[in-house]
Amino acid sequence: MESATALLSLIIALPLAGFLINGIIGLFVESFRTKKQLIGIIANTAVFIPFVIAVYFFMNMNAGSEAVVFKLFTWIEAGSFSVDIAYRIDQLSIMMTLVVTGVGFLIHLYSMGYMADDEGYWKFFAYLNLFIFAMLNLVLGNNLLLLFLGWEGVGVCSYLLIGFWYTDMAKSDAAKKAFIYNRVGDFAFLIAMFMVFQTVGSLNFDAILGNLEAFSEEYIVAIGLLMFVGATGKSAQIPLFVWLPDAMAGPTPVSALIHAATMVTSGIYLISRMSPMYVLSPEVMLVVAVIGALTAIVAATIAITQNDIKSVLAYSTVSQLGYMFLALGAGGFTAAMFHVVTHAFFKACLFLGSGSVIHTMHHVEHELEHEGKDVHFDPQDMRNMGGLRKYMPSTYKTFLISTIAIAGIPPLAGFFSKDEVLAMAANAGAGEFGSYMYMALWGVGIITAFLTAFYMFRLTLTTFHGEFKLGKRFKEAIGAEKYLHESPATMTIPLWTLAGAATVGGFLGVPNFIVETFTHEEAHVNLLHNWLHHVTADVELTLSHAVEWGLMATSIVIAVLGVVVAFRMYNNNQQQESDAAIAKRFGGLYDLWKDKYNLDEVYEGLIVRPIVRVSDKVLAVFDMKVVDGFVNATAGTVKLFGSLFRYVQTGVVSSYALAFVIGVIVILYLMVM
Amino acid sequence: MDYLGDIQAFLPGVITALAGLIVIVIESLKKDSSATFWVTVLSLVAALFFSIQSLGTGLDTAFSGMLVHGGAVAFGNVIIVVATLFCVFISEDYLKGINHYYGETYALILFATTGMMCLAGSNDLITLFIGLETMSICLYVMAGLIKDEKSGAEAALKYFLLGAFSTGFLLYGMALIYGATGTTNISAIGAAASTDLLFLAGAALLLVGFLFKVSAVPFHMWTPDVYQGTPTTLTAYFATASKAATFVALIMVLSRALPVMEGLNWQMVFSVIAILTMVFGNIIALVQDNLKRMLAYSSIAHAGYALVGLAAGTPEGYSAVLFYMFAYTIMNIGAFGVIAYYERNKGMDFSEVQNLAGLGFKKPVMGIALSIFLFSLAGIPPLVGFAGKYYVFAAAINAEMVTLAVIGVLASAASVYYYLRVMVYLYFREEHKPVELFNPTLLYKGTIIILAILTLYYGIEPILPASGLMELLNSYGNLGAVTNVLIP
Repeated sequence: MESATALLSLIIALPLAGFLINGIIGLFVESFRTKKQLIGIIANTAVFIPFVIAVYFFMNMNAGSEAVVFKLFTWIEAGSFSVDIAYRIDQLSIMMTLVVTGVGFLIHLYSMGYMADDEGYWKFFAYLNLFIFAMLNLVLGNNLLLLFLGWEGVGVCSYLLIGFWYTDMAKSDAAKKAFIYNRVGDFAFLIAMFMVFQTVGSLNFDAILGNLEAFSEEYIVAIGLLMFVGATGKSAQIPLFVWLPDAMAGPTPVSALIHAATMVTSGIYLISRMSPMYVLSPEVMLVVAVIGALTAIVAATIAITQNDIKSVLAYSTVSQLGYMFLALGAGGFTAAMFHVVTHAFFKACLFLGSGSVIHTMHHVEHELEHEGKDVHFDPQDMRNMGGLRKYMPSTYKTFLISTIAIAGIPPLAGFFSKDEVLAMAANAGAGEFGSYMYMALWGVGIITAFLTAFYMFRLTLTTFHGEFKLGKRFKEAIGAEKYLHESPATMTIPLWTLAGAATVGGFLGVPNFIVETFTHEEAHVNLLHNWLHHVTADVELTLSHAVEWGLMATSIVIAVLGVVVAFRMYNNNQQQESDAAIAKRFGGLYDLWKDKYNLDEVYEGLIVRPIVRVSDKVLAVFDMKVVDGFVNATAGTVKLFGSLFRYVQTGVVSSYALAFVIGVIVILYLMVM
Repeated sequence: MDYLGDIQAFLPGVITALAGLIVIVIESLKKDSSATFWVTVLSLVAALFFSIQSLGTGLDTAFSGMLVHGGAVAFGNVIIVVATLFCVFISEDYLKGINHYYGETYALILFATTGMMCLAGSNDLITLFIGLETMSICLYVMAGLIKDEKSGAEAALKYFLLGAFSTGFLLYGMALIYGATGTTNISAIGAAASTDLLFLAGAALLLVGFLFKVSAVPFHMWTPDVYQGTPTTLTAYFATASKAATFVALIMVLSRALPVMEGLNWQMVFSVIAILTMVFGNIIALVQDNLKRMLAYSSIAHAGYALVGLAAGTPEGYSAVLFYMFAYTIMNIGAFGVIAYYERNKGMDFSEVQNLAGLGFKKPVMGIALSIFLFSLAGIPPLVGFAGKYYVFAAAINAEMVTLAVIGVLASAASVYYYLRVMVYLYFREEHKPVELFNPTLLYKGTIIILAILTLYYGIEPILPASGLMELLNSYGNLGAVTNVLIP
């Protein structure tokens, strides 16, 4: 046990140590900042060793293992209130730890190549390590407060990393936006935490989930909804999702790590962790499912209209997160976690692939400038690309594999997880748990599946197939394709590893019914379900085999249909014509998608501007006119004693006195009220 | 009578008073000598030593029942002396830097500190008044230290006028209470309290006097101007030590002299004032460009958070307020200290937030320290500001005042914006023109670093003060306390 505690402390401590070493030495010793090899190795080791330890823990566990809690020390103690720095290893947290450290390590490795020319190399790796540290606190913490500490910590890191190139105004605004939207959610979470503490007098998961009968019905609903609001902030759901696409302003590895694979899934983790509480309230579950499904389809429709490759991937991430919430709301907590894992694989791979493309496009721009040609173009705009498969074979192949995976074509990872999500939605609609609403949500999910296959292939085909279009758009750039090149091995190795995982990852969760149909016996081939069913409170899947086969066939047909349509529309350089055709077909609806449902404008108009106006116009004016105006008006006379009388005569003191008297009256009134 | 015993009970205050006299003598022999500084530091260290020693002892009276010591008062004394000591450390260099170094300043600080301890430890309305006025008069003089600039003279005059005004209310309140109960002893007042109008009016006027000193809305109007015109390091002293002393006195009066009775609702009074203070302070702070004004409004807001703990009215709430004052003292002196440092650099007005652009990396220690203090003021874990807020809001929730806690959390969420804004300028903006920052003295830098470490340390380990406090506050000994929660 003691050696296990030491090992566990290492998981947490090493990323922190990596952050401190790179951060502190880098801050004070300027010559250290140029030793990029060393910095990279420190940061990578600080994530890789925790991954190895996590694997070791994983190997020593089985599906029936009891949760082990490692208490390091008491953090806060006041009267009956006590919070420990304690970490919990169970089936759910070890799975998240593996994803965070495993995918995290690959992205660290990739960053060594991607960020090689950046001045802030040391800072970047210090922040990345700090992020891993915070994320591990989030998933391993044994109580809500420690989870919250990690929750805030990842928010801060995300803020720091989105604004990493802070000299660009838009980027530092995006960082601020992300932080503020997250704070809205955090505040709801904090209140939920207070309510939990008020009821059970503890924040430990065991104490909360073991005392569920202590919560009144209203509290279950309120806490569930408040935590869900917290999750909508962190995991970018309606109505708080608008920060995530903007957050793509950060360096691409950051988008892959934080805004696709790990941080944004913490809301799903939170709800899975609290699942025994959530299943007690069908109303809350329905809210979660509806918001998830709506987010999925809203984001997918926006993704169709985007031309920036990272932007497409960003909306795709929002949409896939929506799927996960749909699964949660339908009682498929395992299904949601399954999609978290497979999504981490293929979406990280897609982002890193897009990074590889952006990297080379930057190179082209740079070389053209070298030639003395003044060509400026957006290196993330897919309209400038095309035909890249010839020049970047590894990037192309891995990107294609991941696209097939996310589109839901069997037998790649995304197919199995998405199928389970949709099956759970249909199950909730048909079974005793949910209402007919869930059938409608299943329908929304199916439409979104079609859209997913469609927009992902639109992206892949426009970027990698056809001809290189830069020369057509800019005369001076003709012949620029000679500068296109494949990225270095530190970038392609992570790509291939992730693509491999995206290919076989689905076999973690092969549906039981496939085997049952043939053997006519109860089967347990869904490894993930076996692994998690102790921890999460899944709703039983009660659909008949025939229905399950039908559902699966539907989702395959829909996915293939999406791919075929995309091929016909985008395979041969017809992106502009096809986009125009879609725009014509859908008219005003398409404009709405393209304007991102005007949500930013709505928030701006409804919330931001009125507050600024009140603060700026009313209160500041009051302050300026009444307080400052008074100060300025009496300038010059203060040196004279006589000004004392002037004070009285200007009436200002009497206005203060008036405030005093009003205050006294208010207090008296309140006292006797 | 046992005078020696009495003096021992009030030893920290006696030491600072004597040291103040010594400083005056030294000053009259040799002008502005550095000996005054060292006498001040030594006496404060001694006072700190004796205050810490009396931590954990039960509440007891001294000087024929005019003063109390031990219990929460001892903790209050620790906060006051710690605040004074740190402010003296940073003032030395700062006042020399702005060419307003006078030996008398230390005498004023020491007398004010004595007054604060008298205020915090008063067991009688008379000592309460003496303490409050000793403190206030010294502060009025200090506010006008930069008398050759209009803002300084204005600050002093304005502070004095309004302070005198509020003292009028306070004194009137005391007179009415005496009229209603026939006593000025605080515990005796608690026993004789009634709901007749005379007593209620007296209590309300007394509270107004206190609320003025802690700058609660709507008695806050002097705060921004005074904070802006006063030398920055002394502003830190105003904002922390005097507030801590007033809150301790307020707790002692509330918990012992003003019981909750049928037809009398203290919780409502403090809830409304707390909400007004938090909301108003934070919203106006949002649009401030001048750092000192921003911190002034922020300090109004922080008084609001502390009032939440008073509104809870439970021992838990009171101990939360005491811890909050401790937390606030550390982080706020730190923040003012760093801003005082930036402000002293030549070339630009560095108390305007825009002019801090890009300075964070120039002097990394100062930049990091300021970030820590501001994060802490914003209430981000694991810093002491978070722990403090957590305790007061938790106390409110346990007293079933969820709405109040929700408004508090919302208001503090809004405050993140203006604290973060300073950091955005420090780190995420390019400088306007290259500026050279001077090197702070070792003492200055050391003070800031220690404050930053304390901010971190008590955020991670708030156990000791907080859990100890709960017991301290419950140890009223033979003096008897009336709880402020309505007894059914």
